[in-house]
Order: sequence, then C-alpha cells, then structure tokens
Amino acid sequence: MLVVPVVFLLVMFVVPVAAVFRVGLETGPSQMLEVMGAGRTWQILGFTVLQAVLSTAATMLVALPAAFVLATFRFPGRGLIRALVLVPFVMPTVVVAAAFLALIGPTGALGVDLSGSVWGLVLAHMFLNIAVVIRVVGSVLATMDPRLEEAARVLGASRWTAWRRVTWPLLRPALRASALIVFLFCFTSFGVVQVLGAGQLRTLEVEIYRQTAYLLDLPAAAALSLLQLLAVVAMLAVVGNSGGARTGNAVDVARAPVGWRQRGGVAAVVVLTVVVVLAPLAIIVVRSLMIDGRLTTVGWQMLFSQGDSTNAVDPFSAVLASLRTAGGATLLAMLVGGMAAFGLAFRGRGGWLRSVDALMPLGTSAVTVGLGMLLAFGRPPLDLRNTGLLIVLAQALVAIPFVVRVLAPALSGFDRRYLDAAAVLGRSPVRALAGVAVPLLLPAVVVAAGFAFAVTIGEFGATVFLASPADPTLPVAISRLLARPGEVTVAAAYAASAVLMLITAAVVVGMDRVRLSRAVAF
Amino acid sequence: MKLFIAPLVLLLAACSADVADPQSTQPPPDEVVVLTHDSFAVSKKVLAEFTEQTGQKVKIVQNGDTGQVVNAAILSAGSPQGDVLFGVDNTFLSRAQKAGVFLDYQAPASASDLAQQAPGVTPIDTGAVCLNYDREYFADRPAPTGPADLVEPQYRDLTVVQNPATSSPGLAFLLSTVSAQPDWQQYWRDLKDNGVKVVDGWDNAYYQQFSGGSGEGTRPIVVSYSTSPAAEVMFAEDPQAPPPTANIDADCFQQVEYAGVLAGARNEAGAKQFVDFMLSRSFQDDIGSQMFVYPVVEGATVPKAFEEYAPEPTDPVVMDPEQIADGRDEWIDQWSAIME
Repeated sequence: MLVVPVVFLLVMFVVPVAAVFRVGLETGPSQMLEVMGAGRTWQILGFTVLQAVLSTAATMLVALPAAFVLATFRFPGRGLIRALVLVPFVMPTVVVAAAFLALIGPTGALGVDLSGSVWGLVLAHMFLNIAVVIRVVGSVLATMDPRLEEAARVLGASRWTAWRRVTWPLLRPALRASALIVFLFCFTSFGVVQVLGAGQLRTLEVEIYRQTAYLLDLPAAAALSLLQLLAVVAMLAVVGNSGGARTGNAVDVARAPVGWRQRGGVAAVVVLTVVVVLAPLAIIVVRSLMIDGRLTTVGWQMLFSQGDSTNAVDPFSAVLASLRTAGGATLLAMLVGGMAAFGLAFRGRGGWLRSVDALMPLGTSAVTVGLGMLLAFGRPPLDLRNTGLLIVLAQALVAIPFVVRVLAPALSGFDRRYLDAAAVLGRSPVRALAGVAVPLLLPAVVVAAGFAFAVTIGEFGATVFLASPADPTLPVAISRLLARPGEVTVAAAYAASAVLMLITAAVVVGMDRVRLSRAVAF
Repeated sequence: MKLFIAPLVLLLAACSADVADPQSTQPPPDEVVVLTHDSFAVSKKVLAEFTEQTGQKVKIVQNGDTGQVVNAAILSAGSPQGDVLFGVDNTFLSRAQKAGVFLDYQAPASASDLAQQAPGVTPIDTGAVCLNYDREYFADRPAPTGPADLVEPQYRDLTVVQNPATSSPGLAFLLSTVSAQPDWQQYWRDLKDNGVKVVDGWDNAYYQQFSGGSGEGTRPIVVSYSTSPAAEVMFAEDPQAPPPTANIDADCFQQVEYAGVLAGARNEAGAKQFVDFMLSRSFQDDIGSQMFVYPVVEGATVPKAFEEYAPEPTDPVVMDPEQIADGRDEWIDQWSAIME
C-alpha cells in the first residue's frame, strides 16, 4: 500500500529536487560553498526562522481559543464561522498582501504603517493560517468525549490533573501537527513576504526566487534550496513529528454555553475571530465596490465584460478551470494520501515516511520544485511540460501532507472489530464497509478533502516555471488584471478575488453540511 | 499492488485529458505555440485573421514575467515548450541568444535600425520606462523635470523605485541612470540620502507606494511606463476626466520587445509565419490598446489617449543588448552595495 505514495514522492519530489542540486554541483560547486558560507545567507536564514516562529506563535495564540469555542459550544452562526475561517487560507497571497497593505500599509485604514516590518508579516501569516489550527485542533476537540475527563474527576483527580492526564495527551498530537504545518508554511511563505516586505525583508524563499527566476544563478539557487531543506529536516528532527490529528468518532459533543461567563467568553472569542478574519476580507469586497470613496459597480462590470482579447478572462470559465484543477489535484491527493495513511495505520510500518518525508514538500521551495520539474521532465521520453498535468501533480504534492496527517490517525483509531461485528450480524463485507466504516471515517475524509481542495484552489505554492496551456484560473485572472494601472482594473481584480472567496466559502460550507448530516444520521 | 496502481494511472490519464490533450506535446503541424509573458494580449479577431491567412491555429502559453519566461526557455534550450517566443526584451536578449534559445530568423519586414541591433530576432514593439508623477500633488508646486531633479531637497522622501535585481522597470531605470547621469553611483548615493524608497516590483511600487491614480500610497513620484497615464485615463470610471498622473519625458529608457523562432521548434514554418504576421498592419494596430506599448511599424495606429497623455518619448536612452549584457550584473552588484 505504501508503494504508490513512496513512488509518487520519489518521482514528483525527490527527482526534481535532486535535479536542481545536480545542476548546481555541475555548474559551480565552489560557488555553492561560497553562497552557503556567506554571512548574508545566514542572516537571511536567521530572519526566515525568526519570522516563522513569531508567526506560528501568533497564529496559535489567536486560533486556539477560537478552535476551543467552535468545537465546544453550539451557537447560532457556528457553521458559517467554521467556513469563514477557511477562506483566508485559499486567497491568493497577492490579494491577501494587498488587503493587508490597505489595512496596515503606508496609507492603511488602521493608521499604522507595518509594511517593511516583521509584524506586518506576522499579522498576514496569522490571518492566512488560522484555519489550519482551528480545523486540525478543532476536529480533535469536537470529537473528544467529555465523559473521559468527567470519569477522571469522579475518580478523584483534580480539574488540573484531569486535564493534564486525560485531555492534554489527546490534544497534543493535533497541536504539534498544526503548529508544524503553520511553521512550514511561514518558513516557505513567498507572496506575503514579497509584497509586505517592501523589498527590505528577505527570506530564503524570496532569495531562491530571485536567484532562479531573475538572475538564473543556478548554483546559488541550489545552495539556498539545500540550506532550506537541511533547516527543515533539522527542525523536524528536533521538534519530532510522530503525531497527527486524531479525528475519531463522528459524535458532535458541542453543547450550548451555560451561564453568563460561558456566554460572554464565547461571544468575545467569536467577535475577535470574526474581526481578525473578516477585516481583510471585507476590505477586498469594499475595494471591489468603491472608487475614490464612491460606490460603483464598474469593477464588477469590467470583470464580466473584458472584450475580445486573448488576455481577457471570462470569470465563469475561470471558476470552472479553478474547480477542475483543484478537483483533479484533490482526488489525486486523496488517493495517494489515502493509500499512505492506510499503509501507515494498518501496517504500522513506514514510520520514517510519516516522520519526515510526507512533510518535506511543505518545507521546500515551490520555486525549487518547479525548476526541478522543468529540468527533470523537460526532455523526451518524459516531457510533461505542456500537458498541464505537472500543475495538477505539483498541487497534489502540496495537498498530500494534509491528507496523510488527517487520515492516518483516524484510520488507526478505527476499531476493526466493528466490521467483524457487522460480519457476524450477517452483513456482506461491502455493506459492512458502507454501513459501518464509511460513516465512522467520513468526518476525517471530509476534513482531509476540504483541506486538499482549499490548498489547491488557492494555488498555494503555485509553481514557478510550470506553464499551463489550460484555461486561466481565478488567481491567474487576478494577477493579469493587476498588471496594468487604472482604478477600474484594480476594482475588477478585487471583484475577482471576491468571487474566489465566495466559491471557497460555498464549497466548504457544503462539505461541512455533508459531514454534519452524516454524523447525525450515524 | 497492481490493483492500487491501476486506478492511479487511470486518474492521471483522466486528469491529463481534462486539462489538456496529452497528445498536444506533439502538436499537429497546423498549430503554432507561442510562449510569452503574462502581459501579452492580442484581439482574438486578429489571431483569427492569421488562422484564415495561413491555416495555422495559435496557442498562447503564458508563464510569469519576462524573466521567468526567458529563463525557462534557456533551461529548455533545444527542447523548447513552443515554437515562437515573444517578449524577450533588450535587457534579456543576449543571455537568451548566448544560450542558443533562438533559431536565426528575422522577419523580412523588420524595422531597420532596431533590427540591426538585434540580428536573429524580430523587434515587435517598444516601450519606455519613465518617471510618473501624481498631478494632484504637484498641482501647486513644481513637478520634477527629470531623474536629475530627484536628489534635490524639495523632492525628499517623495520617490519610489523598483529593485533592479528583481524588477524589469527597476533595471531599466538603473540602466538609464548609468547611461544618462555623469556619475551614476554618486547619483544613487544622493538619491538614497534624499530618502528614495526601493521596493521589489512594479505592482508594489505603483499600487501600494505611489499616491497618483490607482495608487494607494503616499509617494507622488514613481518609476513606471510612459503609457501608464494613458491607462489611468482609459481604465478610469470616467474616461473623460483629466488624467490623474503624468509622465516625465526625460531620460526614459527604451525597452524593445522581440519575437524569435525557438531552436528545435516542432512547427518551424508556422513559427516563421507568425513572426512575420506580428509585423502586419492588423497586429501592429492592435498592439497599443492591448499591451500599452508602441508598435514598431511606422504609421500603425495607437489609442487616442496615447497621443494626448502618452506620446512616445522624444529622446529616450537607447542601449544595445550587447552593451546591457556586458554591464548588467556588475551594475546591479554595485547598485546593491550602494543601496543596502
């Protein structure tokens, strides 16, 4: 079962990255050493780690209370907020960065200019990644049986001991998994640093892009990629990475808040979360409808009538193209990631795969992977460049770690005796699977697919150097609109971002409905 | 195990069929694949004309900015992803030609002086990188008359430029100072002392830092294109309103965009036909309104807003590709040493 995912990782990740190193070594080994020894390089590495640590801390700080409240309490609008927090995650980083500049830029609505400072990056990263923590930790909290802690209390444990001995061990793997993912995303973040860094902040990823896409200095790019890879491996080795999110049974244990303290706490956290998530999103909608302080729909009109140009993007076909690419990549990620999770859960082997390799694609530069794919698959017999397939494969590569992290623990938590029981009761294997295993595992499958979809529709880590002959997707449409000045084109770009936002929210709300209705049925 | 590999293979096949026909890696000879940057645009009816004349269809493959497209072509020199590459400019041309990206072909109708500077490829359009300013800010005080003014105290903290190591207009502006300033390194030291802001790319400089037009920033002087004021007018809510920005016709840097036939092209004949077609009247008439650059063919029409707000610069800085290739890396290093 593990063969397919291993081969996939090998071909789609190891081979391309190795191709970059090979070219670097062939063209300038001494130069590679020089770059790796340069003080400037280490400065950049230091800053990269610093901003990622700060961003991860800030994200956890804001997301954990929200995850707790959303998982524990039932209140009106809960489903909507759960969907809302996932929207930032899929916004193209260019748009997110622009929205943040509108809030905290030189003429920002909040009155402080944080562009060019690390705090601007931290805020934007927090906004982007809040969903990872809320979803991964929340899915554990939501299914955690409160009777476990109650039992501990009845047996005489203090509240603190009960929490420390019962709840914490159950929660810890999810915390670690989500913090790791957030850290890796911030570590390799690109668009946000480009725009909010105002040219003054340099991370490894931005530097790799500069060396590759602009200066074509392959030894330098290879050296920096190697450094990035080593840093991620070292980090994973130190922090450890055995766990994963555990989403087990499908019982929603949320309850209504009781008393004014709980209600007040819930209200406070909900308001804070909504403000953090909604402020930048609202700016996007406002910008699509306002020019010079006046309300106008010309931006939306332009989006839907761009005329007879090859560069015009019909928003309907862009939506379809986005859904098609994201759908294909999600399916592929679920299939390959599902096999990996299955192998890990039931064979108990291949722990090494889980511990390092499955997360590596998240910690590796999208520029490096794109360059490597161009180098590795650019010649016959395996010339995949013009098929558009590479894009789907590259997107799936980024989504697979999410799928594995969510599915593996759920699968290993699944008690196979349920199937035996069903068999004893006379169910055929197929009906037993459909009637017992599917409802039990569905929540995890939906969470995994939701993440994979979100990762792929936002073209997160979209890969430089991979040309797509397919119809332009929404993020492509947005960047094309922003390529020339004019207040109406800018409004149209924001309108396209609003469309992307709405579609994501709709898909995520829809998936949540599937999950909840099935859970209730069970 | 085969049981699990089979659906994967099927899925891969399904995906590829979905996104593009896998057979398209070997296009039938009646299709020309044009590799180009994200800013490329042409009217669909103009492309239809080409198909009508030659029987060849055109497939446009866009892949990032000029640097990315050219570098991707260099990395796959000899085994190209298309037949024609459009959009390599005079700052990148030498690097591409040295790497053997292009087959030696120049369209017979090429404009003579620009074509002589660039044997082996065909000049299609020119653009100019100029200073733009916010007309509202300078309504009651004198606007700068050229880059030399920017070091004066009255323009302190007013200018935003792009990093020449990451941005093509940034590089163009650096090259214009190298060519036009008496001591360009001293010029940049003075500019730095006078509070110039450097950002990574054009988007950031124009939309986030510049205060004029669709810019949302605070600085009233920016490095942009000579046609940006025309775009501001054509894409304004009220196209009759006076332009919010203007360009300064002094020391503008001339960017020339070329089309070339890729070495190893599967459809070489079609590629040559398409390069020829790019110099036809219908294509050249279309260039101004689609890409906001100036056509190379004399007498080709440009949008009306160009005549009023974006005339071609009168005496631009012209550098030939060879000269740029020889100096570029060293100039960027020297610039970085001064500015960082």
